[in-house]
Amino acid sequence: MAKQHIMFKLNGQPIDALVEPRELLVYVIRDQLGLTGTHVGCDTSHCGACTVDLNGQSVKSCTVLAIQANKGEVLTVEGLADASGLHALQQSFIDEHGLQCGFCTPGMLVRAYRFLQENPNPSDEEIRVGMAGNLCRCTGYQNIIKAVKSAAQKLQQA
Amino acid sequence: MATSAEGITTQDPIQGIGCSRKRKEDPRFVQGKGNYVDDVKMTGMVYADIVRSPYAHARIKSINKEKALAVPGVHAVLTADDLKPLKLHWMPTLAGDVQAVLADEKVHMQYQEVAVVIADSRYIAADAVDLVEVEYEPLPVLVDPHKALEPDAPILREDTVGKDNVGQGPRKHPNHIFSWEVGDASATERAFDTAEVSVAQEMYYPRVHPSPLETCGCVASFDKARGHLTVYITSQAPHVVRTVVSLLSGLPESKIRIISPDIGGGFGNKVGIYPGYVTAIVASIVLGRPVKWVEDRMEHLSTTAWARDYWMSGELAADKEGHIKGLRVKVLADHGAFNSHAQPTKWPAGLFSIVTGSYDIPTAYVKVDGVYTNKSPGGVAYRCSFRVTEAVYLIERMMDVLAQKLGMDKAEIRRRNFVKKEQFPYDTALGWQLDSGDYHTALEKVLDAVDYAGLRKEQAEKRAQGELMGIGLVTFTEIVGAGPSKACDILGVGMFDSAEIRVHPTGSVIARMGTITQGQGHQTTYAQIIATELGLPSEDIQIEEGDTDTAPYGLGTYGSRSTPVGGAATAVAARKIHAKAQKIAAHLLEVSENDLEWEVDRFKVKGLPGQEKTMKEIAWAAYNDVPEGMEMGLEAVDYYDPPNFTYPFGVYLCVVDIDKYTGQVHVRRFYALDDCGTRINPMIIEGQIHGGLNEGFAVAMGQELPYDEDGNLMGNTFMDYFIPTFVETPYWETDYTVTPSPHHPLGAKGVAESPHVGSIPCFTSAIVDAFAHLGITHMNMPHNAYRVWKQIHELGLDKRG
Repeated sequence: MAKQHIMFKLNGQPIDALVEPRELLVYVIRDQLGLTGTHVGCDTSHCGACTVDLNGQSVKSCTVLAIQANKGEVLTVEGLADASGLHALQQSFIDEHGLQCGFCTPGMLVRAYRFLQENPNPSDEEIRVGMAGNLCRCTGYQNIIKAVKSAAQKLQQA
Repeated sequence: MATSAEGITTQDPIQGIGCSRKRKEDPRFVQGKGNYVDDVKMTGMVYADIVRSPYAHARIKSINKEKALAVPGVHAVLTADDLKPLKLHWMPTLAGDVQAVLADEKVHMQYQEVAVVIADSRYIAADAVDLVEVEYEPLPVLVDPHKALEPDAPILREDTVGKDNVGQGPRKHPNHIFSWEVGDASATERAFDTAEVSVAQEMYYPRVHPSPLETCGCVASFDKARGHLTVYITSQAPHVVRTVVSLLSGLPESKIRIISPDIGGGFGNKVGIYPGYVTAIVASIVLGRPVKWVEDRMEHLSTTAWARDYWMSGELAADKEGHIKGLRVKVLADHGAFNSHAQPTKWPAGLFSIVTGSYDIPTAYVKVDGVYTNKSPGGVAYRCSFRVTEAVYLIERMMDVLAQKLGMDKAEIRRRNFVKKEQFPYDTALGWQLDSGDYHTALEKVLDAVDYAGLRKEQAEKRAQGELMGIGLVTFTEIVGAGPSKACDILGVGMFDSAEIRVHPTGSVIARMGTITQGQGHQTTYAQIIATELGLPSEDIQIEEGDTDTAPYGLGTYGSRSTPVGGAATAVAARKIHAKAQKIAAHLLEVSENDLEWEVDRFKVKGLPGQEKTMKEIAWAAYNDVPEGMEMGLEAVDYYDPPNFTYPFGVYLCVVDIDKYTGQVHVRRFYALDDCGTRINPMIIEGQIHGGLNEGFAVAMGQELPYDEDGNLMGNTFMDYFIPTFVETPYWETDYTVTPSPHHPLGAKGVAESPHVGSIPCFTSAIVDAFAHLGITHMNMPHNAYRVWKQIHELGLDKRG
């Protein structure tokens, strides 16, 4: 299948890639670009393990074609921390025991990153609704809610 | 016993037992730096994808690979005929049966593996799978296990016809796998004959799937030059995998390296050995290249190990005051197309005989029959220890049914039948010895915490108004920590577990165990055990698991066995080091060993302040100044064979409100008290309980793998298979008591499965309770809105006409 040339920013870095039109964004990020933090859990957009931020929106990268990211900006879990250290969400997930096996965690974090920009001071109920596109089999969600809330407070004070 | 250490602050430099230490695993995971199987990339790696049967039962007339092989980038298409010369077209199961690796002349279930395609990319492999042409001749399908043993039932396993034993004792029909009996049938019959009261209840525990968020997969890499095989694999039992691969391939274990890297949840699903793994290994040996196989969600739900599928009938005999005199249970177990049930070898129904629960039941009898059907093979324990969930479900349901019959409160019937604190260790009628418990205290603590009397008053008021409110109560006992090797083995290997600890000269430690974490936080908690035992800071203790080249042989992590068995091995190995350290300290301080006492991190000479040696100082001395005749170094290994199982218990209470127009169940409150003995890391325990409760909620409220009459699986994606989201999931309240295990070196019992085992009957208990005043004694799971709505309509409660 003829390959297409696409360009986009991945965690702030410019990327050139040759992809088949049918290739999914998640596999280009994982297999071609080598960032394996973004995971594949279900293939049907239900679990959210593959969540990335595309042009300021949370998307399930297992159902987005890589060419749809052309000229766009993509943020993955690898782009959350910066030179000053972990993002407040990453630290809160550790502090509140918001992860166990870690497989859903990158998608959770990237979704929470966008959610807190949509709603910087959410209630527990709002977190439950705002994060409902991401599944976790380990935590029972309660500590993730605590982590998102705690990060929201830290980000508001910052 | 470190039970009083609860609440030690995180400022404590040792960060030992009882401390809510933050997890060592987390910094990698939150930065996307985990290393799961699908993250493994090797030079020259190719991809496997599997051709699967659309039919549940059919003869394979022909397989044409030509079009698939013509696709550029396709390296091979393998079928059973290709594996036959290697004798790898069938493989042994953990239950003494065999399972087809690739279908041999016949398929026995929908989605069965028929051929494997090896190609340069996932995409090319998937393209080629579509081009493999398989011609099938459909055969009559057997879906209903109740019809399996009828004289004219279709015979599924032609390979076993004529065999009177397929691994688990005599059988009476070609579709029959085993009959398993335990207890005293005639004494139980007498108990029923003379009983003042008896109750009986049929119940079905649906086929459900653990469905961790990461599916199963492996990367197999055979190095032809060295004759050495390396396999990265999603396995809860890597050492067992190595033994099985060695037996199958003929390669010595020393030339096989199995690595369980980070595992994205297991919950029992990742114990068994699947055809996909075997085909990837064979393809790697044939091609001499690394081969990656990672299944998708549909393959995962359709073919890998599910749990339960038990048709159970329970009976209790009692006197008029509710004192139980006997228990009788009969089960029809649907094992699917191959008996690949993962359990200790001697236990065809796992540890189901824990079915007497928390109760002093003088006599009992259990019979389980296993049969083949045209469904996926299994099963496994789904976050429980080998069929304990089914057992706890049955006895807890029966307690409610008996209470209803007697017009007694469900808390009172339990109080009257509990094994009393002073009766421990208690020998059950079915042969287990419950190690310790204090059930009455736990029950009263929960009833007080939720104001049980107040809830019952509210319920009476609601009932008077025609509203549906239910209160569920469960007082369960689990059996975990398999197990004593005299009772338990897997493929003949005793179910011990192991720890190897090395203290370096500067006092840092590396320790390796035979278990493997899948989210439980072993890198954190094992270090806490060693820290307390040796007085060295957790932060300097590195834990490694999952690599068979480096870790000592162990049976792995499932059945809540890591803390009861691996944790015990860790404590005992650390105590061996501690004992050697004491000898070195005595030598350094020029006193007798008996003159020394231990305090947190050092040995002190009794009565001589200042005369002391810290463990760090001793570690240095171990490498340069030891007593005459002692070998240098400071390390130990322990292979721990537990004297008994451990028996964690708990009391769960659930309050539901049911919408009588939609059937929607709202869980208003869920209160979970767990007693897992000594608590090593309270933060991690609470996290495990939250997760287990949520998986219990999923099973009770929505999960099932339903088949139609042609054997088509009707719900094998996350569109259909229920995984609760943030929105459905209730808020969890947790509590605890501490009753240490008398035989475990730390007093710990294991915890992660209790919330799953205990919560499922608690949801059913609550929902049935909402209808109990209308004469309903049981409702089968899943309690989704449609099924609850049907119950409401059968009772004529929606009076809108």
